[in-house]
Amino acid sequence: MSSTTRNASRRQAPAGERVADWADGRLGVYSLAKSNMRKIFPDHWSFMLGEVCLYSFIIIILTGVYLTLFFHPSMNEVVYHGSYVPLQGQLMSEAFNSTLHISFDVRGGLLIRQIHHWAALIFIGGMLVHMMRVFFTGAFRKPREVNWIFGFLLLVLGMFTGFTGYSLPDDLLSGTGVRFMEGAILSTPIVGTYMSFFLFGGEFPGGDFVARFYTVHILLLPGIMMGLLVGHLILVFYHKHTQFAGPGRTEKNVVGMPLLPVYMAKAGGFFFLVFGVIAIIAAIASINPIWAIGPYRPDQVSTGAQPDWYMGFSEGLIRVMPGWEINFLGHTLVLGVAIPLIVVFPLVLVVIAVYPFLEAWVTGDRREHHILDRPRNAPTRTGLGVAWLTWYFVMLVGGGNDLWATHFHLSINSITWFVRIAFFVAPVLAFLVTKRICLGLQRRDRDKVLHGRESGIIKRLPHGEFIEVHEPLDADQLHTLTAHEQYEPAQLGPAVDENGVERQVSRGEKLRTKLSKGYYGEGNQIPKPTVEEYKEITSGHGHH
Amino acid sequence: MSNHDIPEENLPERSTAHGEVSVPDENPFADPGLPPHEHRIQDIDEGAARRSERTVALLFTISMLCTVGFIASYFAIPRDKSIFVFPIGHINAMNFALGLTLGVALFCIGAGAVHWARTLMSDVEIADERHAIEADPETKQKVLADFAQGAKESALGRRGLIRTTMFGALALLPLSGVFLLGGLGPKPEEKLRHTLWAKGKLLVNMNTDQPLRPADIPVGSLTFAKPDGLEESDEDFQQQIAKAALMIIRIQPENIKDKRELDWSHDGIVAYSKICTHVGCPISLYEQQTHHVLCPCHQSTFDLSDGGRVLFGPAGHALPQLHIGVNQDGFLEARGDFAEPVGPAFWERGAEK
Ligand code: HEM
Ligand code: FES
Repeated sequence: MSSTTRNASRRQAPAGERVADWADGRLGVYSLAKSNMRKIFPDHWSFMLGEVCLYSFIIIILTGVYLTLFFHPSMNEVVYHGSYVPLQGQLMSEAFNSTLHISFDVRGGLLIRQIHHWAALIFIGGMLVHMMRVFFTGAFRKPREVNWIFGFLLLVLGMFTGFTGYSLPDDLLSGTGVRFMEGAILSTPIVGTYMSFFLFGGEFPGGDFVARFYTVHILLLPGIMMGLLVGHLILVFYHKHTQFAGPGRTEKNVVGMPLLPVYMAKAGGFFFLVFGVIAIIAAIASINPIWAIGPYRPDQVSTGAQPDWYMGFSEGLIRVMPGWEINFLGHTLVLGVAIPLIVVFPLVLVVIAVYPFLEAWVTGDRREHHILDRPRNAPTRTGLGVAWLTWYFVMLVGGGNDLWATHFHLSINSITWFVRIAFFVAPVLAFLVTKRICLGLQRRDRDKVLHGRESGIIKRLPHGEFIEVHEPLDADQLHTLTAHEQYEPAQLGPAVDENGVERQVSRGEKLRTKLSKGYYGEGNQIPKPTVEEYKEITSGHGHH
Repeated sequence: MSNHDIPEENLPERSTAHGEVSVPDENPFADPGLPPHEHRIQDIDEGAARRSERTVALLFTISMLCTVGFIASYFAIPRDKSIFVFPIGHINAMNFALGLTLGVALFCIGAGAVHWARTLMSDVEIADERHAIEADPETKQKVLADFAQGAKESALGRRGLIRTTMFGALALLPLSGVFLLGGLGPKPEEKLRHTLWAKGKLLVNMNTDQPLRPADIPVGSLTFAKPDGLEESDEDFQQQIAKAALMIIRIQPENIKDKRELDWSHDGIVAYSKICTHVGCPISLYEQQTHHVLCPCHQSTFDLSDGGRVLFGPAGHALPQLHIGVNQDGFLEARGDFAEPVGPAFWERGAEK
């Protein structure tokens, strides 16, 4: 190439393009951008919940890295000489000492600590709500089951990351939480004592757990979560986002705005909004003021000890469980601790993970689903989801039984009994009530389609009767309200096969049929209006 | 749609095929297609658009000012100054100023970007095609054939010896890692069964660091004690106090209901482990009238006039009592270690004696 043409081409291409050319020759960015730059994202407020989680995770990492610059993960005892007068001269671990240092002597340190902690609470709360959105709209169905599992793992790991982080400052409150955890580990049959000694490097509290939790908190769990998060987002891109039914929206398309520029500006802007709100919360609302709580001592405790909210349900489980203990052959089975924390706690979480597979098994549906369900159109699923939430909140209430007791002057005993009963009864009630409500809403939709919307206009008929005028729906609304699919309940099939041989019906098959009836049988969903019904009503006398 | 492998006849039909706009006469519920775009005021009125532009620019400017404010606060505000902010109360001035300026600086960037996107960027909805995720049959056949070819060329199926030994080697290797983890802690052995208490150990007041005499324990008081010789500055203080912490109360001897408790008391003075038998919180609340103690963590309640029996709550067994007496100098002393492990139960704990 002659120097003149080279100069000419250099003058022509703007700098940005030349950088892109360079990168394309090495990374293939043009092919990558071709399919992604104008990728379409549908718009709905509930689709922002996942973004809240993503952004608070980023905020946690940024602030967490800052905290590592000052935090000393060591349990060596030192005498405090910092600027917080009430604790001067007191013995405390280096971990606690350095957290005081961050809070009182590093400019802006307290702010970063509080942002880190608030972001952690919002992160985990955001994941729970985001998961509920995915659950109630059926977005977990094929092809998104794997992403459901990724999200589930993020929630569980997030809880443990939060717990280990909360324990790092080695203050009286978090130390009590760690002791709680030690008690839970000790209750594990056969290996519990060993596990506890291995975790703490000997007897509780030992001198190791802060350093060990630190590695877990800042490297191991965030590393795994980062991997899962990237995988989660790649899958969101790959599957393309789900959308609600509506005019022009089908199972085979995705309708919305392009990534560049609209979604990039909205989502990018939303990051700053989330960060801004968390920073303002951290400016005005103090969180975990460890100086007021003091350093950890295994023989001291502050009353009203409470974990961060996301651990509250385990607290409730353990508070309402009767103190069963079985002694046999020189061994102790600590059921009072093991059942709530080693059996029920994981169970509460695992039911979330397996739900998509259960529902897919009941429906037998192997098609892809990209149009979201309105929660009312899946009454049994919605009922189950609300039942789970109720269960979760009953246990949260149980976790604060002493707070309820002191605030509302109730007896701890009656609250405990209330929670024990509610543990079994409340989810069932919640399920029934929710299902009822869903069916009612379905019926209303059906009426709207067949008879039109109530206009609020009252008309007097010639013979004196008053009626409300119903306005017929337009084509968009008719389509939106009838776009959902309805399954037929599964049938067991003939007891005899085509050759006249008796067919063995497996127990699984029977169960599946039963469940399918519960989901889609008569009375468990309201048949949506058919075209014939609609035509018959509209062709005749207009309304009524 | 890949309907091919569904044995079910009960799957709902997907009637409206993609993009197909049916005649409403035939099916009133058919997809009418994307609604026409509705213009926003900014799309048709340049004045409104310019107002939007100014709003966005204002938000970005506020952000810049706040960042300047952040830097100014960083230098100007004394670290320990506290201010009164209604309705929050007294808070640290620096934290408040830094957080607020940073927060508003961030928020305004976000608000500006979102306003820009909503009012000035095109809001025409676009439809993108979805493509089936499942591969078509040819691709699938090709991949399976490639795999079979690769597997065949490796001869793994034919050379059983290689296969067995390879899996054996790979399965054994992680054991090294498991054993390395063995170094994480010592074996429990009998460690959870013993505390610092032993025959002749004096009971030392936790607060005053003085050995206790019976006269120091009035009826109705709750005193915390530790074994003589254990100092806060000791390297293993935390481990030791986690097991040895003691609470001492005084009950009229005739009110002690449990025979062994009476035997192990001195003149109505009884000493119990302070560590809750549920999951190990220190017990801190004492009801003088009833001699009940309450664990603040999960409200287990123990009756200290009846062998430390559990009255209420999730604890599974009684609080261990320490056998005490008075030595020849008139100080309270232990007559031995606890007879059973203190604190939460564990697998090897065994039946209560
Ligand atoms: C991913 C989820 C994470 C969650 C949910 C989380 C949560 C927490 C919580 C609740 C605390 C206690 C803060 C307090 O009130 O004192 C904490 C402390 C801490 N975190 Fe994180 N964190 C996460 C990730 C990280 C990462 C990635 C890092 C560093 C790279 C980090 C570094 C720290 C440090 C150094 C502390 C102790 C300092 C202090 O307590 O002031 N964290 N974390
Ligand atoms: S630790 Fe005392 S009741 Fe749970």
